Formats: sequence, C-alpha cells, structure tokens
Amino acid sequence: MKILVAIKRVIDANVKVRVNADNTGVETANVKMSMNPFCEIAVEEAIRLKEQGVASEVVAVCIGPQQAQETLRTALALGADKAVLVKSDEELESLAVAKVLKNIVEKEEPQMVLLGKQSIDSDNNQTGQMLGALLGWGQGTFASEVKVADGKAQVTREIDGGLQTVELTMPAIVTTDLRLNEPRFASLPNIMKAKRKPLEELAVADLGVDIAPRTETLKVANPPARQEGIKVETVAELVDKLKNDAKVI
Amino acid sequence: MTTLVIAEHNNQQAQASTFSTIAAATQLSGDTVVLVAGHNCQATAEQIAKAQGVSKVLVADAEHYAHLLAEDLDRLVVAIAEDYSHILAPASTFGKNFMPRVAALLDVQQISEITAIDSDDVFERPVYAGNAIATVKSNDAKKVITVRATGFDAVAEEGGSATIEAIEAKEASATSSYVGAELTVSERPELTSARVIVSGGRGMGSGENFTMLEALADKLGAAVGASRAAVDAGFVPNDYQVGQTGKIVAPELYIAVGISGAIQHLAGMKDSKVIVAINKDEEAPIFQVADYGLVADLFKVIPELNDAL
Repeated sequence: MKILVAIKRVIDANVKVRVNADNTGVETANVKMSMNPFCEIAVEEAIRLKEQGVASEVVAVCIGPQQAQETLRTALALGADKAVLVKSDEELESLAVAKVLKNIVEKEEPQMVLLGKQSIDSDNNQTGQMLGALLGWGQGTFASEVKVADGKAQVTREIDGGLQTVELTMPAIVTTDLRLNEPRFASLPNIMKAKRKPLEELAVADLGVDIAPRTETLKVANPPARQEGIKVETVAELVDKLKNDAKVI
Repeated sequence: MTTLVIAEHNNQQAQASTFSTIAAATQLSGDTVVLVAGHNCQATAEQIAKAQGVSKVLVADAEHYAHLLAEDLDRLVVAIAEDYSHILAPASTFGKNFMPRVAALLDVQQISEITAIDSDDVFERPVYAGNAIATVKSNDAKKVITVRATGFDAVAEEGGSATIEAIEAKEASATSSYVGAELTVSERPELTSARVIVSGGRGMGSGENFTMLEALADKLGAAVGASRAAVDAGFVPNDYQVGQTGKIVAPELYIAVGISGAIQHLAGMKDSKVIVAINKDEEAPIFQVADYGLVADLFKVIPELNDAL
C-alpha cells in the first residue's frame, strides 16, 4: 500500500519565539526553521511500515514557500520515496490545508495518510481530523501504536484517562503522538541520495481549491508576565510562605 | 443566536471540562443547549440539566455512542447544527478528536483552545506553546470552537432546571470501531481539575521515587503530574504528562520537583496561581516562572516537606 505523509515547516521547537513589534505575529526573520516534531514522527512511522513490508511507497507532501523544499528533502533523506511541494507564500488555515491535502490524496490514492497530531506553531490540532471528515475516512488520532493487517488498521490512541484502541477500515487517517516512535537521523549518504529523488512542485493557486481565509488575526501579544519570584533557603521557610503569604496550603 | 455545547462524559457522569465549556458558552449572547451523546447516559443528562446557565439538554442514546467515536459524533452534531450559531466542546482529547471533523463538514475554520471570549466572533487563544496570545476574529457564519477548560471557571452544578429532550441517533459509522481501553486507575483528584498538583521530572531518577511525591500529594490532596522526560523514562504513565502536548493545567499550587522547565512543559502549567520549584540546578529555567524556588536536592527536601506538613 501507499502512504502519504503530510509535513509542515515550522519555527524550530527549541527557539524562544518573540512577538513582533507591531503585534501582528511573531518574528520569523533569521529564525531557525525545522520539520514540525510530530511530522518527524509521522515520517518515521511511514518508513517503519515500509521496512515491515506493509507499505510499498511513501510520498511526503508539504504546503509552504519554496524553502519548504528543504523540509521535503529531509523527509526524502529519511526514507520517503517521492515528495510533493504545494507552493504557497501565504500561511494556509487548517481547513484550507485539509482541502489541498484532499486534492493530493485524490491524485496519489494512498491507503493511509499520516500526519502529526498538531503543529507547534499554531497548536491547532485540526488538519488530520478535517481531512478525515472531507474524505469520509476513519481516523486514529494521537496514535501511540499502529498495526496494519488484512485491510484494517488497529490504532492505540493516547486519551486523557489512559489509552484507547480503535480499528479503522482502510483507507484511514492516522495522526501521531510523541510516544509513537523515536525518529531516526538522516545519514550523510542518504542526504546526498535524497537530492536525486523526485520532488514535484505544484502551485496552490492551480489546484482549484478554496483557500480563502475564514479568520483574521487581530492581534498577537505577549502572554501576561509573571511577577518575579523569590528563592527560599529552607523547607520551613517554603511552608511558611505557602501558608501565610500565598495562602494555598 | 443559540450555542450548542457537546458534553464530555463517561456515560455515568459529566467531566469537569463540560462545566467549564458551559461557562464559556454563557459568555456568548443567546441560550445554551447541551448535547449528551452516549449510551445509557440519562443520569448524565439529568446532572447537566441542573447546571447553571443551561436552557435545554438534548440526549442521543445509542449503543454506538458509548465510546464517543469521532466518526459517529461528527454526523450527529452536523445533523442538528443548523439551529446553532456557535458549537463548543472542551479542548480535551475528546473535543480535539471530533470537533475538527464537525468544522470541516460544516465548511468552517475551527478556533482551537480559546482562553477568552472578547465578543461573539472574537476569541483569544495561545499559540507557539503559550508564548504568544492571538486574538482571532472568525468570519464564518457558524463558529466551531474548542474551549481550554482552565480559561473559564466552571458553572455551578446546582440551581438550574433545563428541559431534557431525546433526539434521534444517526447510523453507526462503518469506518471505525472501538476495540478496548486501558485507563489509568487513580484515587487522587483528576489532573486537569486538581487544586494542587505535585509534578516530577527526570530528576526523580526512577519510578519508585515517585512514591515520595505521591505521599506528598496525598498530604496536600493533590494530583500527581510529570514532565515528558519522566514519562519517556517510564517513571509514570503518559497521561500524567503536563505540557504543550500533554495536559494543560492551572491549579492554585503547582509544585515542580526535579523539572528543568523546558518551553514545552511551561506551556502546560505557567497559568498556575502559585508555582514552587524544587531543583538542585539554580540555573534551571523553571526558576524564572516560580514564585518560590528552593535550590536543593529533592531527595533531602521532599521527605522534609512531607514531615513539615
């Protein structure tokens, strides 16, 4: 079976982001960008399914500016067979992303689409579910284990009280949680090889998909700052502060 | 204008997140109707009918709603969506799972994890792991929203008298079925609604050492949480995890023990009223958000703290 993996290019998880001066967004100039960590887990899972002989081909897709090509090359270096870049200089909302992905799914006809559970920039946690609904497919969100057999996928999901297992009829959507796997690193020879793997470029405007924004960001602000705290020297002092100053115990 | 809230419950009773979501709904103009989809969930419906601010409770009772699968819930909500201007669910794993499906079927851009309501179409939500707050205006005719429970004080569970009305269930979905669940059993308060939380990180060293924190938690009537490092090391189950990708909490007192305070962990707890950090590394970033910091070896300090309480 064929697997489609959707990946996103985001500000690196370790960067401390700064709100820009005119409060319209965060500073992105000269900031390190990387593959969204949950997307790395999705790519890793797709490659493992290929190594197990479950998947025959892994196609990575990314919607973003020309530079997102680097993110796709990373996926190719990790083991994806082919990449599709849907070029868009505007950041799309997740509904628009889901519609673009539906278009790509209809072209590529995968049996499974793997996505991260959320991107660490918008923290929306929507795209996989939206794609599932638009395609009419079942979904295994927040997956910590995926087993594929006999045209079905058994997905163990991380839910608030523990774990839940669902069985999905293929084709299906899976979104990855942190504990699904430990992503590998790309080796230098594989990075070189990835340069020769096919990377198709499409323009989002040519797909005929409705990507008009539905929301406006009126303002982006810093979160309220916490008052500076104090250091205490002893346990007795701590207990005293909590009892008498903060009055929380 | 009427708001529909989708209740989170376990068929016996409603979760605390449901009452916080109702609180958010009451900040919008218009009535609040709550949908309880489940199996043998009449008691839950009666419980919610007593909550303040609820005008009507709809009940969809069918066997295939027992586990609230997204592929069943989405069509049920969409079928009744016409009557509502706003559709709200808690931003728990329950709400996050099915609501984007509802939004997509209604052709609406969902607004996730709102923490404040400025008007009927302007909402505030944290982005970049809580390092920025975005104020967002929705231009969709219908607003589909998930609500961060810690952003809204739950409505009182007594004093209301909503009517209860049964609605028709939709057919079961053919794409997905429930296999089983493995739930963590705990006597302690639930993490997201606890007044006090004691959390351990990599510094705890082992799972056995968490018994120290559990003893402290029991004295304080607290829930026990953890950082991702502690979960990944296998010290505690993953549903203990507090952070951007785990649970978002805002207790009155959060005690971080052996937790360095990475951006992703702070995203889950920095709205706590009072934060205490116990760490032997005085450079640990957790001290930048802590109201009270104690630079010391946790293995010495925690037993002392236990004795002092």
